[in-house]
Amino acid sequence: MKTNSLLIKTPEGIVFSLMLAGPVTRFLAWTVDLACISAMTTAASIAVSLLGLISSDFAWAMMVLVFFAISIGYGMLTEWLWRGQTLGKRLLHLRVMDEQGLRLQPSQIVIRNLLRFVDSLPAFYLVGGIACLSSRRSQRLGDFAANTIVIRHPQIAKLDLDQLLAGKFNSFLKHPHLAARLRQNVSPQTAGVALQALLRREDLDPVARVELFSEMTSFFRSLVEFPPEATEGISDEQYIRNIVDILFRDKT
Amino acid sequence: MIIDLNKFVTEERPHWNALDEILARLEEDPGYRLDLDQARRFHYLYERASADLAKIATFSSELEIRRYLESLVARAYGEIHETRKRPHRFAPVEWFFQTFPRTFRRQINAFWLSLAVTLVGCAFGGAAIALDPAAKEALMPFSHLQGDPGERVAREEQAQEDRLSGRKATFSSFLMTHNTKVSILTLAMGITWGVGTVILLFYNGVILGAVSLDYILAGKTAFLVGWLLPHGAVEIPSILIAGQAGLLLGRTLIGRDDRQPLQLRLRGISRDLVTLITGVAVLLVWAGFIESFLSQYHEPVIPYSIKIGFGVVEITLLAVFLARSGRKEKNEN
Repeated sequence: MKTNSLLIKTPEGIVFSLMLAGPVTRFLAWTVDLACISAMTTAASIAVSLLGLISSDFAWAMMVLVFFAISIGYGMLTEWLWRGQTLGKRLLHLRVMDEQGLRLQPSQIVIRNLLRFVDSLPAFYLVGGIACLSSRRSQRLGDFAANTIVIRHPQIAKLDLDQLLAGKFNSFLKHPHLAARLRQNVSPQTAGVALQALLRREDLDPVARVELFSEMTSFFRSLVEFPPEATEGISDEQYIRNIVDILFRDKT
Repeated sequence: MIIDLNKFVTEERPHWNALDEILARLEEDPGYRLDLDQARRFHYLYERASADLAKIATFSSELEIRRYLESLVARAYGEIHETRKRPHRFAPVEWFFQTFPRTFRRQINAFWLSLAVTLVGCAFGGAAIALDPAAKEALMPFSHLQGDPGERVAREEQAQEDRLSGRKATFSSFLMTHNTKVSILTLAMGITWGVGTVILLFYNGVILGAVSLDYILAGKTAFLVGWLLPHGAVEIPSILIAGQAGLLLGRTLIGRDDRQPLQLRLRGISRDLVTLITGVAVLLVWAGFIESFLSQYHEPVIPYSIKIGFGVVEITLLAVFLARSGRKEKNEN
């Protein structure tokens, strides 16, 4: 089954996940890299053309070699120097990693880059893209041969919770034991959904907004039931606001 | 379960930072080695961060800390559980004269297969030209090979001007890069369980066989050998070695008589693949020079006997190099 993350279980029994990059993000990173290669070859050809003052034959020969070296070596060199990242991958927060989470070896970098010759066939990485879409771990053929994966690690922006929750009294905080149980029972993904619902509430159709918060309230009630005096007279949206306040706000 | 998250983070952060520092040093300098005390400390910090990750996993809201710890534990896991040799400083001379020929010999069966496929292709190409001379246009990829061999030989032997004058270096660099690309493709096509590599080797063989028989039937054997041998003595074995690498990849994917998981099998050959293709690239630099600066000149400029003698010396040295180089050091080790 295809998933967007790879779970690795260490011998110590700890499980960590690596989020796999999809073909579209990787294609965008590749277009950035292509632009870099074009810029580098243009700059190099200008520099090498100065050799034409000595010998035009030598200058042309150097140009052919430099173009070849940049187009083949760019990916290998940058992934080696930047631990699995090219400039395009850096910009899109992608990184090449060993499939088993082990250290990336130089031979793996070379193989995955050489196999681009097949992945890029017949044009625009069609073979690689199809392989990536059909692979369980979003691997193109080069990744498959080199035992590598490409993961993404998005930057998480700090949220301004004070602005989101400003001026609202939270009746749930009078029950710290229930608040602690809530933090224990709610998964990070579920907490994220509640937060996103609040952040995007103004974008919702009024009816859909009421229905969404009603359903979410029912769900959170099933996890932890706060006493009637804490929930009496508050709207479903305020209920979720209180929940998010408990889950995300720094208590110090 | 963590009751006070802030206290937990405040207490643990120095340990996470210490682990991060060690990891940064290990990642930046492949030659960096931990002594016993440092290794113990590193292991302790890794286990502590792992335990913290297990604790934070029960805490619903701290996705950011969890991801940070996952990243930290993932990096440390890679360092601690990696059992492959760390890459040492690259010594090109030692690599070329020892590692490359040893790798070639270790995977010699794939080379013999590569040679056999090419020879079958040669036989097919030769037979096609012998039985149906009109097939030349379909078999030969370059227009200058499609004409009459006798006419070409006469034209080139009577040429008064150097047709490569002022562009030998460009032609040479073109040959180097083109042949290297073909070699890389030959290796890369091994990912099709070796089928693509076999097709490319066979096709190369067909062209070689067709051209050779075309010139032999026209009575131009001396020209043919004098033209092909100086650079072909290195170029053809190079393509065969690239085929060797491609077939090795294909054989590993098929996994016949090898019960190891595919990942382990691929891990086992990755260095050999890189060594073989890098060796091929080095050999093709030489072949490119020779093809541009020697092969294109014929009698009376350079006697065929000299060109053929040069080619024979080259192929003998290459065979001795691949068969013998690096043996002594290995025995001493």
